[in-house]
Amino acid sequence: MEDKIKKVSIVISKGGLDGVYPGLIMANGARMEGIEANLFFTFFGLDAITKKRMGRIKIATVGNPGMHMPSVLGILPGFSAFATSMMLKTMDKIDIPPVPEFIEMVYDAGCKLYACKATVDMFKLRKEDFCPQVDSVINVGKFYEISAGGQIIFT
Amino acid sequence: MPKKLVGTAAVDVDDEGFLTDFSQWTRDVAVAIAKEEGIADLTPAHWKVLEFMQKEFRENGQAPSIRKLNKSGVVSTKELYDLFPGGPAKKAAKIGGMKKPEGCV
Repeated sequence: MEDKIKKVSIVISKGGLDGVYPGLIMANGARMEGIEANLFFTFFGLDAITKKRMGRIKIATVGNPGMHMPSVLGILPGFSAFATSMMLKTMDKIDIPPVPEFIEMVYDAGCKLYACKATVDMFKLRKEDFCPQVDSVINVGKFYEISAGGQIIFT
Repeated sequence: MPKKLVGTAAVDVDDEGFLTDFSQWTRDVAVAIAKEEGIADLTPAHWKVLEFMQKEFRENGQAPSIRKLNKSGVVSTKELYDLFPGGPAKKAAKIGGMKKPEGCV
């Protein structure tokens, strides 16, 4: 048999539900298989660990061809909120938790969470702006150091 | 379907070692599989998790997710990973004689 994957470091760079969930599911799935996992949040991906934003992450209904509908519908007031609530309900049924609960779950599963220093500086954020599960704010060099010996996945 | 000798009992398993017939499961089988999975002793805390999972399994035909276990108040996610290190949902399902969990979370 091939060598098993022992460690993954996953970068979450996009905001929005479709930007945040794949990385969370992959990190949690890694832990479920006994694989060491790190999550590195950068750019709009930081929303997922920012206290005041993590509970309000939406699905983009404009400029998202994956929605299979004309973008003109997506601009209707409240449409994004409606689509988001539908999607979250569906996900809840298959036991995929909302973002804040998911962050807690991967953390409890032993995944380490980091915020990207460059983005934190750019958005003028501070460590206190993040949920308590975030280990630290690190630069890209430190990220590579932490990721040594494992696979890096960019989402 | 492969037969496998766990402890003193021969049970039917799939190619990953999960029991294919839940009715063949006994506490002795659990103890033997747990040893193979690196858990030397099944403590009351382990049994509490296994019993809850089996109850769900009997009702729904599949082992509950880690999230469900956490929400049920039976075991927190952290404790679960401590009790069944290196893949708790799969390990607990295997020890409890249930089929391999299919979900992604």
